Amino acid sequence: MADITPTTTDQIPAAEVEDVELYHAKSWWTKYVFSQDAKVIAIQYSSTAIAIGLVGLMMSWLMRLQLGFPESFAFIDATDYYQFITMHGMIMVIYLLTALFLGGFGNYLIPLMVGARDMVFPYVNMLSFWVYLAAVGILVASMFVPGGPTGAGWTLYPPQAILPGTPGADPGAGGGIILMLISLALFIIGFTMGGLNYVVTVLQARTRGMTLMRLPLTIWGIFVATILALLAFPALFVGAVMMTLDRILGTSFFMPTIIQAGEQLSYGGGSPILFQHLFWFFGHPEVYIVALPAFGIVSDLLSVHARRHIFGYRMMVWAIVIIGALSFIVWAHHMYVSGMNPWFGFFFATTTLIIAVPTALKVYNWTLTLWRANINLTLPMLFALAFIVTFVNGGITGLFLGNVVVDVPLSDTMFVVAHFHMVMGVAPILVVFGAIYHWYPLMTGRMLDETMGQIHFWITFIGAYAIFLPIHYLGLLGVPRRYFEMGETSFIPASAHDLNAFITVVALLVGAAQMLFLFNIMWSMRHGKVAEKNPWKAASLEWQASGMPPGHGNFGAELPVVYRWAYDYGVPGAPDDFIPQNTPSSGAAASGQEAHQT
Amino acid sequence: MNKGFFVALMLFLVAAGTVAFHFWSPWWFTPIASNWGYIDDTIILTFWITGVVFVAVIVFSAYCILRFSHKEGRRSEYNPENKKLEWWLTSLTTLGVIGMLTPGLFVWNQYVTVPEDADQFEVMGQQWQWSFRLPGKDGTLGTTAVKFVNDKNPFGINPKDPNGQDDLLISGDDLHVPIDRPVKVLLRSLDVLHDFYVPEFRAKMDMVPGMVTYFWLKPTRTGKFDILCFELCGVGHHAMRGKVVVDSASDYQAWLAKQKTFAQFVREAELQSEKESSLAAAEGSK
Repeated sequence: MADITPTTTDQIPAAEVEDVELYHAKSWWTKYVFSQDAKVIAIQYSSTAIAIGLVGLMMSWLMRLQLGFPESFAFIDATDYYQFITMHGMIMVIYLLTALFLGGFGNYLIPLMVGARDMVFPYVNMLSFWVYLAAVGILVASMFVPGGPTGAGWTLYPPQAILPGTPGADPGAGGGIILMLISLALFIIGFTMGGLNYVVTVLQARTRGMTLMRLPLTIWGIFVATILALLAFPALFVGAVMMTLDRILGTSFFMPTIIQAGEQLSYGGGSPILFQHLFWFFGHPEVYIVALPAFGIVSDLLSVHARRHIFGYRMMVWAIVIIGALSFIVWAHHMYVSGMNPWFGFFFATTTLIIAVPTALKVYNWTLTLWRANINLTLPMLFALAFIVTFVNGGITGLFLGNVVVDVPLSDTMFVVAHFHMVMGVAPILVVFGAIYHWYPLMTGRMLDETMGQIHFWITFIGAYAIFLPIHYLGLLGVPRRYFEMGETSFIPASAHDLNAFITVVALLVGAAQMLFLFNIMWSMRHGKVAEKNPWKAASLEWQASGMPPGHGNFGAELPVVYRWAYDYGVPGAPDDFIPQNTPSSGAAASGQEAHQT
Repeated sequence: MNKGFFVALMLFLVAAGTVAFHFWSPWWFTPIASNWGYIDDTIILTFWITGVVFVAVIVFSAYCILRFSHKEGRRSEYNPENKKLEWWLTSLTTLGVIGMLTPGLFVWNQYVTVPEDADQFEVMGQQWQWSFRLPGKDGTLGTTAVKFVNDKNPFGINPKDPNGQDDLLISGDDLHVPIDRPVKVLLRSLDVLHDFYVPEFRAKMDMVPGMVTYFWLKPTRTGKFDILCFELCGVGHHAMRGKVVVDSASDYQAWLAKQKTFAQFVREAELQSEKESSLAAAEGSK
């Protein structure tokens, strides 16, 4: 058996390298603002991401108002609408989810869960946040320049992204697209600083005994997602730089000969499809940059709250690695009807459907973790269950869109919108909520309010499902995405308009529930029930830290030494139903060892 | 009500509700009007295979919650791995994937293989309108280039190419196609990306400036259908509409006879400008 279960020996080799002295803050400014402590940086990242995420959320309300009640709101015109869809997508995918999972959860959890005092490059880590903040600032600034932000869709496809006729690119009002591209480039620079930190910390700063195959799946998910991001973001970076040159200097990387409004433009010889390849070479791994941390975190939530080890740990690790690797050879499934050589379809459909196998296996193992468990239906558990439902629902529609010929009628319809919202919007956000309910006591020393949490959970889960399930069927009908209004058609029945109105009402309700959640976070900081030490009785290291919240340096005088994996729940013969990772294998765990080997 | 029972019931209702919505909601495919019923069949097959997995996973989870909700003093079962079970599940999933991919690739092969006897027409997109070109009596479309595009030659047809002279040009009007004839649709754009899509045809492809893309279909039902742009192309994207009429063979011939050729179009434009210049001359001589 691999060393995921207690090893036969308590002998952990002595540390070869002395502890490096940490940077200690000397003033209020260096402690709370220009902080080099990963926990503070994590909270800075998370707060910024959530703040800009709220802007994205509000834009979704405005979009839904337009879709549910067209011609009712004079203050939303086509230009506004296309700017909302663009900014909403960009904000949610990159500035919220990527930043929150890696910059937020990554910073908070990596050092604590691998048993390190901090990230290995604390100064660069601090810089990472400030560059990210600048990227967000520039994104926000683009909303206030003449002409407003870009309305090219979050995919920013040229030629239209940089030509008149698209919001943010009209003559004399073209600041929108330029600021968008600069903001993206800065985001990537900032992310790279943080990302190198996360990877090197996982590889180099694990405490003694914490082998890779004993890492909690949360860390595996964040670790592999960070590697993906480090390899994928450069493609977007060069794409953004090349498009900026096309727009400012008149180069023609992505611009063929074009006649617009009767005038021949000065471009010529470039390829719009080249940009799509660069974009999706980044864009598809991006899906997994968001999904893999969610996979990891949800595994831990399920295991801790079901009081059972994760089922098939090694298979889960390999599935994360294989999914990550495969995610680099499936990108053109976003381009089946782009006009690229149609023979590519055979290859990309095959690779895409192969990814379904390790992904399905993860789903099976999550549900098998519940088998013969002792399930606590806590809020994190409820969110984890809701993740399974929405992720399976959103994942199977990926099998439709990935299967090249099935994608032909469905691409660019509302089916696609429903699919990616379910699989990389709703499902990962449900994990974010579960994770916040789970780790809030660690971060603040108090519990989030249960009643508010229950209301938040049920409205969010059932509501989000009721929003996105029917949208698939609008797509089957042939309703296109990115349409300001449908106007007259012969194929859309009146009932579809009623459905749109219903979806809008539910969307506003789900949005309101998020305000309750934010209130809960604020309120519980002062008034929440004081959390007992390790309130969920979890086995992983972060709960063994020096306090709740953990102090500077994370652990006491000595770093913990790890003797076992993070999933020793329900070990037969052990006095408690869980054994923390830093408990030596003599005594309590020995019988568990035997039980497993038989 | 016991908490485990309630959560299990809700999960079960989500699964049951999804299935009920699938079968009984009024929103489904727009009735098809082309040969691509194979695509609809592949979608329905995919619904069945994935639907079974979806329901199985949720019902299994609901059962676990019902059966294994927290009880004081109970321990969960400790058996971290079960190779045999994991291999079974992997194999079954692989079979399911092959079951969907095989018909999918088979139909894709048909989609990218245009029948040799197919007719042709060309769709040209520009912000935010459609125009169409048919090959005329010789059955061949004339070559085009952006440099030839001007007021009198909006399609940019090569004036020296004899094949282009009899091309039929349709702008600002409905496109007609004959029923039961395979047709290759050639796609061109002058400015930004567009996408020619008729929901009843099920087939689409992006139109990319600088290149010619294509797909093919065989209309199978007469009627008048909406053409919509399916690739975001600027603020007028949602208003870029057109109509296509699938005609019986005789109706189609009657319509075809009324269309103007490129040569006629050029002659009229010349007559027009002659008239204008003689008018101007007359004005000048006054």
